[in-house]
Amino acid sequence: MNNNDRLSQLSELQSNPLLSSWIAIAENGMIVLKSGKVELGQGIGIALMQIVADELDVSMDSVQLVAGRTDLCPDQGYTSGSNSIQVGAMALRQVCAEIRHLFIEQAARNLNVQPQDVQIQDGLFYSAQSTKSLSYGNMSGEVNLERVATGSVGPKASHARHISGSSSPRPDLNQKFFGAGFIQDIELEGMLHGRMVRPPSYDATIIEFSDRDRTAIQAMPGVHTLMVCGRYLGVCAEREEQAIAAAERMRTCITWKETATLPLDQPEQDWLSRLPSLTSVVDSSLTEESIDPTKVKRNALSASTAERTQTPEQNFSQRYSKPFIAHAPIGPSCALAQWKGETLTVWTHGQGSFPMQRELSRLLELPISQVTVIHADGSGCYGHNGADDAAIDAAMLSQAAGRPVRVQWMREEEFSWSPHGSAMSVQIEATLSPKGQITQWHQQIWSHTHVQRPGMSLGLKCLAAFHREPPVSADISTDFALGAGGGGHRNAVPIYTLPQRRIDYHLVTSPTLRSSALRALGAYANVFAIESSMDELAHLAGQDPIAFRLNHLTDPRARHVLESISRTSDWQALQHNNEVATETACGVGVAFARYKNSGAYCAVVAKIKVTDRIVLDQIWVAVDAGEVIHPDGLVNQIEGGVLQAASWTLKEALHWDQTRITTIDWENYPILRFDETPRTLEVQCIHRPESPALGTGECAAGPTAAAIANALANAIGIRMRDLPLTPERLAQAVMRD
Amino acid sequence: MTETDLVNFTVNGQSIAVKVHTDSPLLYVLRNDLQLKGTRFGCGSGSCGSCTVLVDDEPVQSCTTPLWSVADKQVTTIEGLGTPADPHPVQQAFIDEQAAQCGYCINGMMMTLAGLLKKNSAPTDDELLQALDRHLCRCGTHMRILAAARRAIMQINGVAL
Repeated sequence: MNNNDRLSQLSELQSNPLLSSWIAIAENGMIVLKSGKVELGQGIGIALMQIVADELDVSMDSVQLVAGRTDLCPDQGYTSGSNSIQVGAMALRQVCAEIRHLFIEQAARNLNVQPQDVQIQDGLFYSAQSTKSLSYGNMSGEVNLERVATGSVGPKASHARHISGSSSPRPDLNQKFFGAGFIQDIELEGMLHGRMVRPPSYDATIIEFSDRDRTAIQAMPGVHTLMVCGRYLGVCAEREEQAIAAAERMRTCITWKETATLPLDQPEQDWLSRLPSLTSVVDSSLTEESIDPTKVKRNALSASTAERTQTPEQNFSQRYSKPFIAHAPIGPSCALAQWKGETLTVWTHGQGSFPMQRELSRLLELPISQVTVIHADGSGCYGHNGADDAAIDAAMLSQAAGRPVRVQWMREEEFSWSPHGSAMSVQIEATLSPKGQITQWHQQIWSHTHVQRPGMSLGLKCLAAFHREPPVSADISTDFALGAGGGGHRNAVPIYTLPQRRIDYHLVTSPTLRSSALRALGAYANVFAIESSMDELAHLAGQDPIAFRLNHLTDPRARHVLESISRTSDWQALQHNNEVATETACGVGVAFARYKNSGAYCAVVAKIKVTDRIVLDQIWVAVDAGEVIHPDGLVNQIEGGVLQAASWTLKEALHWDQTRITTIDWENYPILRFDETPRTLEVQCIHRPESPALGTGECAAGPTAAAIANALANAIGIRMRDLPLTPERLAQAVMRD
Repeated sequence: MTETDLVNFTVNGQSIAVKVHTDSPLLYVLRNDLQLKGTRFGCGSGSCGSCTVLVDDEPVQSCTTPLWSVADKQVTTIEGLGTPADPHPVQQAFIDEQAAQCGYCINGMMMTLAGLLKKNSAPTDDELLQALDRHLCRCGTHMRILAAARRAIMQINGVAL
């Protein structure tokens, strides 16, 4: 690989070319790893530290992580899209390779030997031709890292790495398990506690907030500041419970005018595809004219064997959906802000400190140089939750109060005001040849946007901008570009060999619930739809679901993952066991996808029991993520991805009346509980140390959903295509059957 | 918010007297007055388990526990369970299993497990699930949390791992 090739593949190195942006080496030998990617509970910190220690030949103890600080770290955008290892860590590894080389050259000069005769062990440079040894610290003053990466040397060969591929324990857990380590724990000197007072619904406006009420709230114990700017409202008080009490009083004092602007809360296909949308062709080998919708619709078949026809071709047409899903972090969003004159510092657990710096700069009309954003670990976010708005709330409250402020969102605020993962509907029409090959595939997707993150495009994206005077409106007419992974069309293109295919994306532009990035974005619904269809089509073709997929797959790694899951789950035996199962209906289902068609390959087999509900019994996962930096972290992400997706699939949906979101607490938004977890969850990781590392954080979501739905069809012959698969919906489906 | 009174209680073995409104949730007194930040705010309605502490060895949700109700009682928080140098067996088991993703819900669970093990050093799996039933985890770390709990039970009972 030549120098340019090496660098051109590392986009984050192109935007942060200085070696010193990534690594600093102190005189005491401490290697400071400066990361724009941040810890979200996914364990990225330890994986990055392992990469640095490996490439520089130092011990893990001598690597110190500083992450998500706009004053110290490289701008790596958002920590999202399963990109931190696949993109970010590879740039870091290249930087370390170049630094290592510079220090070897310096050591050679100092030891008066040739560079090829210098060896490094545990951070010490020595040579057989010299009795001296040197350290990174010794030479830190002699090697200037203020230089751009050149690509002149590459990272070590995979066999020369000793730390990557092992699983060092996470240092942050040694704080978190003993009572520290979260943004919620930070106290600033002279800090006030802030709470926001949100409108009761998206379009609510204030009719009256009387002076008398304002005065009364201002006079409540500990109350310091009322912030009133249009319908952007908040309160600051000396004590936390005083701020809560004042915010509650303020909420009830204000007379609001609310408007019924939301669609009827019905299954998604009844309303989503009827709203105005912008249509784009995601992928096509077919022209519009060559698709004959009448033919497909006229002959649409259900997947029931009894109804299988003897026609030479079989046509298939089904629609699948998922509801709005909440991020629902266990810890509601929190942030702190401090102004010193015209300079602002904000502490946030958001996924992008630099984009937040840009948003704050635009909103407050401050030069970027006067805004510092510092990441601190928060509760898991799984995408664009309330964290970013909370950061801005802290800045606004602190500006109003003239003192540092810590703002803490309340539980109902996270449910009713955070962006949510969009409802989606996916229509799939396919034609099956007499030999059981799919000859035509037409897929249509309806979704709201999955990217409304602040600081990415020019328009403001925060509640402060939407609610203050004068307000701006959210522009929801764009989604994540397909080339960057796609939003509602993420994983819209099936990985299977489908010579005649067309995929259309209808981006719904009429607002309903506020939506933005939730783990896996559109991949969850698209993979659920594609993999449910593949199962239905396999049934129509009279083929085993794994064999049917293999018949449509050429990618050898994809085939290997499916063959692996077949072995580890003992797929054939599982099928047989179901046939002899007695009292309780049991079923098995399989599903597979390659995340974004460029990330990790992931296959899931689910074994379930069906009582009045779907009971998870056993789950097997096979993953090919190329080189694995930190195997335990990867397995942890897969386990979490499976169980979170199982929770979405079996239980979760946001509800609303035509005015307000009505699911605002855990009672009305139940998530997976301990007694609902499977008996076993086995993750098999296919190690490919020679292959580039692939993102894994989100790869399990879609396959998990489809594996469960496919297992249900296998168990009781009933196909459920609208998520979530709750006991109520199961009962309805059984009644209809 | 006017009924301010002196409330005496014990936190992690230390006698404490605080003078704030007696209806203040124990959670905020622990976090903000006593600087014991490991007890976590999650929902404010006692339905997620993040804020669990022990009151006289019983797990309670500190977000819905008014200060007055712990007068003259013994409160134990995660800080009183153990330290990195001298961890409680439950904390050690969670470290050994690396049983967390974000880790926000874990302290409450460890308090519940410590309370359970104090009463019943060899709980069955059903008792374990029942004890954790009030706790929510959003990252999907359930399997590891259960593995850590089982490991702690084995360690406490001197069962070789």
